[in-house]
Amino acid sequence: MVSLTLDNLGASYGRTRILDGISTGRLEGGCLTAVVGPNAAGKSTLFKRIAGLIKGDGKVTLEGTKRGRDGICYMPQDTGANAVLTVYESIVLASRQNAGWRVGEGDLVEIDRLLESLNIANLAFRNLGELSGGQRQLVAIAQALARNPEVLLMDEPTSALDLHRQIEVLDFMRRLAAKRGMAVLIAIHDLNHALRYCDQTLVIANGRLIASGRTSEIVTARMLRETYRIDARIETCSQGLPHVIVDAAA
Amino acid sequence: MLILVGIALALCLTLTLDMALGPARYTLAQVLSALTSPSAVAEQLRVVIWDIRMPIALMAITVGASLSLAGAQMQTILANPLASPFTLGISAAAGFGAALGLVGGVALFPGAVELMVPINAFVMAMVASMFIYGVSTLRGVTVETIVLLGIALVFTFNAALSLMEYLASEQALAAVVFWTMGSLTKATWTKVAVTAAILVVCVPLFARQAWQLTALRLGDDKAASFGVNVRRLRLEALIIISLLASIPVSFVGTIGFVGLVGPHIARMLVGEDQRFFLPGSILCGALLLSATSVVSKILIPGAVLPIGVITALVGVPFFFSLIFTQRRRAW
Repeated sequence: MVSLTLDNLGASYGRTRILDGISTGRLEGGCLTAVVGPNAAGKSTLFKRIAGLIKGDGKVTLEGTKRGRDGICYMPQDTGANAVLTVYESIVLASRQNAGWRVGEGDLVEIDRLLESLNIANLAFRNLGELSGGQRQLVAIAQALARNPEVLLMDEPTSALDLHRQIEVLDFMRRLAAKRGMAVLIAIHDLNHALRYCDQTLVIANGRLIASGRTSEIVTARMLRETYRIDARIETCSQGLPHVIVDAAA
Repeated sequence: MLILVGIALALCLTLTLDMALGPARYTLAQVLSALTSPSAVAEQLRVVIWDIRMPIALMAITVGASLSLAGAQMQTILANPLASPFTLGISAAAGFGAALGLVGGVALFPGAVELMVPINAFVMAMVASMFIYGVSTLRGVTVETIVLLGIALVFTFNAALSLMEYLASEQALAAVVFWTMGSLTKATWTKVAVTAAILVVCVPLFARQAWQLTALRLGDDKAASFGVNVRRLRLEALIIISLLASIPVSFVGTIGFVGLVGPHIARMLVGEDQRFFLPGSILCGALLLSATSVVSKILIPGAVLPIGVITALVGVPFFFSLIFTQRRRAW
């Protein structure tokens, strides 16, 4: 099973420091890790830095990996593609980078299975430009998974999905992470989803790591007040799960 | 795949027609026998077909293919449907280079007076390309900046060309105007061979990067997330495009439409998967210019009109019919 450790990660855009000294313990594969924090906290930059798409100081250590850094896949937030490609073509494209032109029968079976598991087989031969924002987001998830990542960095993967789809996707991702032993980091704004689906949570604000650990221990009224400037309570619902109830802006 | 085969067959037809048509009237049977057994036909027929018409017909194909491929990859790397060898000022620079030779008698490469015009055009086109390339390597330069810079170059070179035309003698002015209209009539086997060789070198370079180039159309972030080195890919493609666009323009003058519309026709027919889009763009550009060459010979019997003038007249109706009937979007 793969694991990921961040050691003093930093990054800058020009002279502006975006990330500073992000260090974590070992983030284990097989489960979901939420990355939460206010807008412009540096979550996307952290993902790009981990994926090696931007340079900076610090070190990312991977253990238990077969493909090294090639096994890290970043799923960006932007889903606005204008390419004249069908959904199917775009997923073949994701799976075939650095490979030959010929697409084998096995590749197609894998893609069919992936589309089925995300319930988007009906979109396979639709053009990308015809899709709704939510449908595009599901296709983006399929593209990321088609690359068979060992570490998957998902930047707000459910922001355009309806509630049913959000639950479906997060549930699917949790099962898939456990099955593949994949480390999945998800930047997410819905803290109730984080509480329900993510074992660990990293809280980022102003480019720094504010807190990290088990989600149920991290998402507290105090953290919400200090990080998001809201008054909120964490209460246990009828199913015994912790739930954030927001009272007011602080 | 069937679409590509269909375009290739149509291209064979226009190539044959292009060689069959011309001021000297020969039957199709005569032309075919001259093609299949040149030693068995009259000397005059052999010379007309092999030394005059065939270089022109093949030049139409190689130039059309090169410009369309250059336009296709320019649209891909700049994510802009208006990109073509014209957008980045490559054609305008070539026109200015040609005018330097035709009006001022300036040879940018001393010692090649006979080839002064095409060499001047090529040198200026490469200067424009390398300028764009140099700027694009600077930190913080975006795709939008490159397009804006290209448009600024177009205006700059066109203004310089207009100034030269204003100062030119009547004879030189006529030569510049004719050159800027684009013409295949000065095609030779050497020019065909050079253009074809460049195409043969460049196509595998793009083919090798087919998946990466397709990924670029999903956006820089998405392509990078697929492991594509976006910056390096864009620079490499820009160099190949410069070579592909500048050579044909230096030989036949400015033929604009094919580099813009050839790729759009291919995109509507086969989509943007480069495994199909790449050959599709090559075939569409070749077919468009070959068909234009045929039309330029039959519009006014006995006269061959400048191909640059006819290209849009042939291409626009076909392009419009595709826009309104195709299921795939143009962009």
